[in-house]
Amino acid sequence: MFGYYLDLALRSLKRNKALTVLMVLAIAVGIGASMTTLTVMHLLSGDPLPGRSGTLFYPQVDPDPDPSPNHQPYDMMDYRSAQELWSAHRADREAMVTSSQLRLTASHLNLPPLMAQMLSTTSDFFPMFDVPFRYGGGWTAEDDRSRARVAVISSDLNDKLFNGADSVGRTLRLKDSDVRIVGVLAPWRPSPQFYDVAGGRFSNGDTAGFYQRPEDVFVPFQSSLEINAGGFQPFTCWSMPGDPAHLQNSPCVWVALWVQLDSAAKVAGYRRFVADYAAQQKALGRFVHADNTQLRSLMGWLDFNQVVPSDVRLQTWLALAFLLICLFNTVGLLLAKFLRRAGEIGVRRALGASRAAVFAQCLVEAGLIGLLGGASGLLLTLFGLWLVRSQPVEYADLVHLDTTMFLATFALAVVASLLAGVLPALRASRMPPGLQLKTL
Amino acid sequence: MDILPILSTLRRHKITSWLLILEIALTCAIVCNAVFMIGHRLQHMRMSSGIDEHALVQVQVADIAPSPDIYARAKEDLAVLRQIPGVQAVAMTNQLPLGGSSSNASVKLDPTQRQPILSAGTYFGRDLPQTFGARLVAGRNLKPEEYIDADIAIKALATGDTKGLPAVAVVTQALAQRLWPGQNPLGKSFYLTDTVSLRVVGVLAGLARANAHDDATAQYTMILPLLMGAGKDQSYILRTRPQDRAAVLKAAVAALKKADPLRVVTRQRTYDDVRHEFFANDRAMAGILVGVIVALLTVTALGIVGLASFWVAQRRRTIGVRRALGATRGHILRYFQTENFLLATFGIALGMLLAYGINLFLMLHYELPRLPAFYFPVGAVALWLIGQLAVLGPALRAAAVPPVVATRSV
Repeated sequence: MFGYYLDLALRSLKRNKALTVLMVLAIAVGIGASMTTLTVMHLLSGDPLPGRSGTLFYPQVDPDPDPSPNHQPYDMMDYRSAQELWSAHRADREAMVTSSQLRLTASHLNLPPLMAQMLSTTSDFFPMFDVPFRYGGGWTAEDDRSRARVAVISSDLNDKLFNGADSVGRTLRLKDSDVRIVGVLAPWRPSPQFYDVAGGRFSNGDTAGFYQRPEDVFVPFQSSLEINAGGFQPFTCWSMPGDPAHLQNSPCVWVALWVQLDSAAKVAGYRRFVADYAAQQKALGRFVHADNTQLRSLMGWLDFNQVVPSDVRLQTWLALAFLLICLFNTVGLLLAKFLRRAGEIGVRRALGASRAAVFAQCLVEAGLIGLLGGASGLLLTLFGLWLVRSQPVEYADLVHLDTTMFLATFALAVVASLLAGVLPALRASRMPPGLQLKTL
Repeated sequence: MDILPILSTLRRHKITSWLLILEIALTCAIVCNAVFMIGHRLQHMRMSSGIDEHALVQVQVADIAPSPDIYARAKEDLAVLRQIPGVQAVAMTNQLPLGGSSSNASVKLDPTQRQPILSAGTYFGRDLPQTFGARLVAGRNLKPEEYIDADIAIKALATGDTKGLPAVAVVTQALAQRLWPGQNPLGKSFYLTDTVSLRVVGVLAGLARANAHDDATAQYTMILPLLMGAGKDQSYILRTRPQDRAAVLKAAVAALKKADPLRVVTRQRTYDDVRHEFFANDRAMAGILVGVIVALLTVTALGIVGLASFWVAQRRRTIGVRRALGATRGHILRYFQTENFLLATFGIALGMLLAYGINLFLMLHYELPRLPAFYFPVGAVALWLIGQLAVLGPALRAAAVPPVVATRSV
């Protein structure tokens, strides 16, 4: 029966080509617009470390000496707090991170110097965030302690400097210090670049910067403080820094601490540990707000920073509203089309077709329009994503159609057009056959 | 034309009529809000920077090989840049209006105050108003002898010695009005910290901040008599004739490279590019919104064409009977036009309510202001026009139905 209905649907669609094209186009445009924005949304609001993110946490303390109540602790930590919490090693893994810019030269390569982003971090960073290596590996905890002059470089930088060859053991010049390359990353593009996320609530929804590429060079934290002395920027300061070149003892926050806690008990334990640390610092007279500590999960931290740019969210709403209007349109046109065939339906009913059969026949036709609309919508989605990629935004290179969204496009198109077909099909199947036959 | 027969016909096509009304309502609501958002973005993009935009270029260099004296370095650089033919003025600044990365300070009127009144952009550098072309409306510019090297000021801050701290400032009119509404700001003092007290000596017509995302606080800026050393966060600003900008930019980069071949030029652009980059997102969003409006109106118009064609085809016999009974072509034409007008009116009325609701939602989540009332008639007129245009074709076809149709049985 399905094959017969399909045949009937095809004939009916061919009979009024203009109307068919109109309906297919309306669905295609609606699907194209909403799938483009939903794909961007899906890519930007996703989990940067699936399977891992549940065990990663972002502790915060409040070193602000101002006694007036603060609503939220600072988005980053001062050096002393971060260093003391880190060196207590109470978590399964933990890494301090801070990002800075410095000059990078590879003198023997005869390339002009370039300004590179450097991530200062500690050895746990690579296993904790599942960072993939192409050559070599991360440095060791011993390297952290001994302030070893070693570095891990990104695959982009390796391509640029060494044409993608194994550069482990080669030397780079960072500002005025030589560092030995111990590892080269495989292409790694977490979305967002979660470990640097901070200050989202002050950005007025303009958070596209959270989706930039990871840094070019990764260097042990203590080594980097020596290499790029004076090159670090504070996130913010609660009073004027005495020596802006050296932030270690400054009244500024500029270091982030990430910890991995593998069980709920450990999370509770670490929460207590941070609170105890703050209380102890208050006793020492360094903190005023001992109770103002936080331990957010990775996803909680991203939510708190509202990492998805508000323009993207607005576009998604717009596209969904647009799809809704396209659907209203399709419902109206399908209704017109089915009711126009009242005579034909009347004959079928009189010859013994049940209401369900007429209903099924109409739905098949609606579904066929949905499939056609979905296929054209897919092309429009690819075009829309190409448009997004050509925009000057940080996440442009992330945008692509993955299998999930590819299937979702078809599912949405068919479900949407079936939904649009239900009401007209119901009306068509409810028509009393006698009345229609009389007019013939 | 009598509208009662039309209403009674529509009542017999309840579902189809309602669909059309809902479609028009939703389109109307979204178009009203989208037009408003475009206006909002365009207005934001027209924000005044307060400076002579077409005469400026920016060069930023980074990480000079350890220079023993970054202040001497900055002076040499400025001297070298001044030599370039066509350059009218040169300055070093820590930020640019609409430049993106910003330097700000909290402003208090009373040093014991807990919460600062506002955060204002702080410009450091000599000759800034002259080079920028920012207009001074009262008082005077900062004098060379009032300038203090940044490292001396930082030391003074640490020791609490007020002699090494800047004591005067030039502020914008907007900032002065916010701090001392309706008063003459010249000679008035404000505080950045407990020890840094600044006396206003000059007032600028306007100077936008580097991170001017919010129109209300965009002009809250001041210039402090602080001299920075050469460094990656400082920019050289050159003023020249608009037609000389490209040549001056090239010469400036070459001159700076010649002065120190080890440095990296991280940025070289005209000020027009600065503005262009700052508003890139807003421009893209406005473009998307225009696309959405066009697509929505097209889809709605096509929907009206489709339904009207269907109705005309369905009523061919009725139309024939009416023609046979003496109705003119004009009567038939006007019947369908009035029918569409009625549907559009219902849709628009519903759409206005919806537009208001969407605006409330946007105000809550996107910090958009309230939708001004004049956007409602704009949306209404747009949809009436679209509706009438869309129905014209089917209505003309209806008017062309010959009366003889009435005499045919099928």
